Amino acid sequence: MTPKAATRAEAERLHAAFLTAGAVAVEADILLPAGTLLDLYGEDIRARAYVTADPLNGEMMLRPDFTVPVVQAHMSGGAEPARYAYMGEVFRRQEHLDGRAREYMQVGYEVFDRDATAADAEVFALFKGVLAGMDLRPATGDIGILMAAVRGLSTTERRKAALLRHIWRPQRFRALLDRFAGRAPMPPARAALLERLRSGSPEALIEAAGPLVGLRSPEDIAARAEALIEDAKAPAIAAPEAALLYDLLSLEAPAQAALAHLRGIAPLLPAIGPAVEAFAARLDALAARGIDVAALPFEASHGRTTLEYYDGFVFSFHGPKGMPPVASGGRYDALTAVLGAGRSIPAVGGIVRPGLVARLKGAI
Amino acid sequence: MLKIGVPSKGRLMEKCFDWFGARGVTMARTGNEREYSGAVDGIAGVELVLLSAGEIPRELAAGRVHLGVTGSDLVRDKLADWSAQVLDWAPMGFGHADLVIAVPAGWIDVDTLDDLDAAAAAFRAAHGHRLRIATKYHRLVREFLTANGVADYALVDSQGATEGTVKNLTAEAIADITSTGETLRANHLKILSDGLIHQSQAVLFLSRAAGWGAAEQAALAELAGRLGLAVPEV
Repeated sequence: MTPKAATRAEAERLHAAFLTAGAVAVEADILLPAGTLLDLYGEDIRARAYVTADPLNGEMMLRPDFTVPVVQAHMSGGAEPARYAYMGEVFRRQEHLDGRAREYMQVGYEVFDRDATAADAEVFALFKGVLAGMDLRPATGDIGILMAAVRGLSTTERRKAALLRHIWRPQRFRALLDRFAGRAPMPPARAALLERLRSGSPEALIEAAGPLVGLRSPEDIAARAEALIEDAKAPAIAAPEAALLYDLLSLEAPAQAALAHLRGIAPLLPAIGPAVEAFAARLDALAARGIDVAALPFEASHGRTTLEYYDGFVFSFHGPKGMPPVASGGRYDALTAVLGAGRSIPAVGGIVRPGLVARLKGAI
Repeated sequence: MLKIGVPSKGRLMEKCFDWFGARGVTMARTGNEREYSGAVDGIAGVELVLLSAGEIPRELAAGRVHLGVTGSDLVRDKLADWSAQVLDWAPMGFGHADLVIAVPAGWIDVDTLDDLDAAAAAFRAAHGHRLRIATKYHRLVREFLTANGVADYALVDSQGATEGTVKNLTAEAIADITSTGETLRANHLKILSDGLIHQSQAVLFLSRAAGWGAAEQAALAELAGRLGLAVPEV
């Protein structure tokens, strides 16, 4: 068999397994309107997807993943609860000559169900099942715990919003947290800016800078100037609380031990309580499906560098070093609200790369 | 035959000819003054190809010229993984320009990329669309903003008169090349204090994809000797 044929055969096996698990087969367009994807992911998606132009419909993108079209299809009139399976090519633009795949098959399974705990366990156990016997290393995480911890900080709403906005950019998140916690000194440029802003009313300072051009209005500018001055007055996040968040960011342990650790810090950071208990319930549900949660690896920061929509349970399965993850997935409740025009439903799912499975099985 | 691509007109061409001339390699345009043909004297086996500076990166990547003179900004912007495709053999010390991010001077609350990111978040919430940055340097600007954790912006293409896009309400900020900053100031814009993306200058690049036969390698060695440069491995 040629590599493509071996990949397709493996894809069909996985797809059939997902249908047997109760999914309905769905298809998605390959050419997607670029607007929705750009709105969701921002300019970064241009570096990761092929953009093309339709003479009448404007910018289009070659499908970079299935999640967005499948969620859109579901939100525009799917039954509830629903399970979907799909298979097909995705296209990823590459900026380096390192041999990474530009197009490859994905087989996916997505669950739209209000019982989040059961759905998380169902998806993970299903993926583990279809990949059984392959010596893959699982990885799991829970971005929901991190988000709950940020929301629970005793600091201004503005600082919390800034941290939440950058939760998928670990470096930037860390820089902001360091500043809000007083661990990093105020950059000299910011200190100088504050001094200038305190020297007069925003209106007078804008006036003195000459004619104001552009769409950003004097009100927009004054509002942020005031926010900066207000933020400078806000006290640093208290050291013990900040220490808990730093601890959480680097938490890596087998799931059962991680739960014990999180329960230990929950009384000090009560806001994470519900998220920790949801984690506990998920582990019970996983155990009930035969997953050894005493050995299952857990990292609180897992999944933070992927496309920014996972907001709860995240998982992946890894082969040999240097190979991309063989399977990955997670929960994306907020995405359904963004694409649902006012409606939302908890959703979780993932994809397998049949080409990598076929390679590991020696079929390629 | 070793082909060397140089800018076909203007100051960049003149400075390029001067640079080679000072090193004993005479380049000149030949024929009618409107005809794009040129010659190299004082060295055998080298052919001059006159090209638009903007097309030289592409010609280098395709291997249609062995050497090429163009701005380091253009190579970095137009070629993905540029250093795998070309070698920056010799910086030439002219054609200096800085690629910078500039915002309206009246943005008294914005001085750094950090401020730009926060302003972009607030702008998107207030105006319902991402903060637009006009530029023709899409790859360089996107990579720079991603590396610095700026979100909620959109790049809009501007191939010229970029400084005017803010006043014309087609962008909120710009990323463009400047040497003295005068055009920016005249259009009521200011440069972010950490908004320097790339310091560009004319560079003699070498194509890794070109056909490097014995004749081309011999010409390259000869040229390297004249220019006082080490012979690069091809």
